[in-house]
Amino acid sequence: MTFRMTARVHGRLEAEFTVAAGETVAVLGPNGAGKSTLLAVAAGLLRPDAGSVRLGDKVLFERDGSRHGWVPPHLRGVALLAQEALLFPHLSVLDNVAFAPRSAGQSRATSRETARRWLAEVDALDLTARRPGQLSGGQAQRVAVARALAAEPELLLLDEPMAALDIHAAPHLRRLLKRVLAGRSAVIVTHDVLDALMLADRVVVLDGGRIVEEGPVRGVLGRPRSAFAAGLAGLNLLAGTVTAEGLLVSGSGAAGGQAVSGTSLSGTSLSGTSLSGTSLSGTSDGEAAAGEPGVAAFPPSAVSVFLEVPHGSPRNCLPVVITELEPHAGGIRVRAGELAADITPAASAELGLEPGMPVFFVVKSAEVQVYGA
Amino acid sequence: MTPSPDASPAGSPGASPVGGGHGYSGVPRWLYLPAAAGALFVMLPLVAMLVKVNWGQFIPLVTSAASLDALGLSLRTSAASTVVCLVFGVPLAMVLARRPFRGQRLLRAFVLLPLVLPPVVGGIALLYTFGRQGLLGKSLELAGVQIAFSTTAVVLAQAFVALPFLVVSLEGSLRTAGKRYEAVAATLGAGPTTVLRRVTLPLVMPGLVSGAVLSFARSLGEFGATLTFAGSLQGVTRTLPLEIYLEREADADAAVALSLLLVAVAVAVVGLSYRKPGRQVAA
Repeated sequence: MTFRMTARVHGRLEAEFTVAAGETVAVLGPNGAGKSTLLAVAAGLLRPDAGSVRLGDKVLFERDGSRHGWVPPHLRGVALLAQEALLFPHLSVLDNVAFAPRSAGQSRATSRETARRWLAEVDALDLTARRPGQLSGGQAQRVAVARALAAEPELLLLDEPMAALDIHAAPHLRRLLKRVLAGRSAVIVTHDVLDALMLADRVVVLDGGRIVEEGPVRGVLGRPRSAFAAGLAGLNLLAGTVTAEGLLVSGSGAAGGQAVSGTSLSGTSLSGTSLSGTSLSGTSDGEAAAGEPGVAAFPPSAVSVFLEVPHGSPRNCLPVVITELEPHAGGIRVRAGELAADITPAASAELGLEPGMPVFFVVKSAEVQVYGA
Repeated sequence: MTPSPDASPAGSPGASPVGGGHGYSGVPRWLYLPAAAGALFVMLPLVAMLVKVNWGQFIPLVTSAASLDALGLSLRTSAASTVVCLVFGVPLAMVLARRPFRGQRLLRAFVLLPLVLPPVVGGIALLYTFGRQGLLGKSLELAGVQIAFSTTAVVLAQAFVALPFLVVSLEGSLRTAGKRYEAVAATLGAGPTTVLRRVTLPLVMPGLVSGAVLSFARSLGEFGATLTFAGSLQGVTRTLPLEIYLEREADADAAVALSLLLVAVAVAVVGLSYRKPGRQVAA
């Protein structure tokens, strides 16, 4: 059953969003990007200012000129799994899971039978008699998954379900979700690229309440067009205009910049403004023609750091100012605004790098991918 | 800080009634003096009363017909007024805690007014509402219903002064519990009435119980509004506080004995409510 929504919530969200039947969509984005607002609108916990929400041929919400429609949350067939399990503390695990079938009119005995089936599905049958207060975070979240599934929702919403779990419980739940989300229409809001990779068919990147990027997971992470997706993919990203050799960098650090209201791009001014007008040479896929808007992406590991402009080779040389130095996978990550370079501790010590220092980020043309934005 | 030799390392902070070596308390020493004075101020009058009790005559005094009438009436009317408070107070608290609307602050102010209003004023107000010449009383009179100076009037007077206790207590619990559980319940397919019955009320049950107990206790002690609106008829409207006031003139020993009885009932009620409420059994 296809879910379609077009919604405007003043100052928080303005997006068109669809979930195909059986598809799992990951919604990514920085804090305050409107991810939770999107879920609240879908679940019916928030009424948008305008737009429409449909699930299959059912109109869940509509406000468009003279047409008005509203289906309250409990009649939508849309279940919500939050960051915290929010199991009802006064009910046993079994009765928590039996809550939805009971609300749907099943008898107490039948609803408990249904609950047992879903608890078995999430490997939590042994927890049946416990109280929510006696569960670990991971156990509680597994029970919450069973409780949401027992509602047999046509659309399942997951709001950062792994965020509150410790690092040992998260992988377990992720595997469980992979199993139960297969073939289900679901939306998962997450900060974690691993969730998107493992669970989602498609990725939507929200920023400033708007969708700045969407597509298959591999496409978005392999060829990010927004600063946020580039960050998730671990790539440096510069936006500008495609040229014959590569890219002419424009003001801001990323293609997503146009849609962003400035908050999430703090720090770009250091590198971004000074790089504006810089020409980058790189390898183009040939799809984007010269003159079109495009981005250049390159991994931090391909960047070397120099104190002076190196001579000779056909390499890109970007004048930047170091903003931070941090340990990263056995080496040092040198940050200059939105850009990063990974170098060895020895190299860092030899160069005497420290924040505030002007340096040159140098990257080979062969390492720079240029494609249309 | 000097290490104290008798500090037990294994004790939890709560396990040390004397204080001393167990973590920072944030209570300045001099604060204990006014605190002790305050405690004395509350306890000393009760002790003074205990001293005055004529123990030899205690049983006959509290089991006289008038006393038993008054005690029975007090318990019955207080129970009834607690029910009235629940019936109106739970919806009021829900409306105040859950849905912002125009005039909400004003409504809350009016609901809380009886807390600070002299009860005798409340009694007069009730008289002009339900009395024979009152706003509603006239129509009720035509319908053959007389409220003023009846047991019903006692219940209304008590409910009038006790309602704010329930509303305040429950509204606080509702706000603390938040709406997140209710939102989850709704997305699981539970309609608003089911959510109220199976999620909201069980979650705030401790607040509801303590609110109801406070209302009961306030009803039990109600005097001014009852006397004004319901009068003092033995067995009909003369509750225990009224009986005590009356006996104070005639028979001081009886007044003291009945006072002690009222204190005992009040202590029992409050003691019960501040015990940790047991777990709610699933419906």
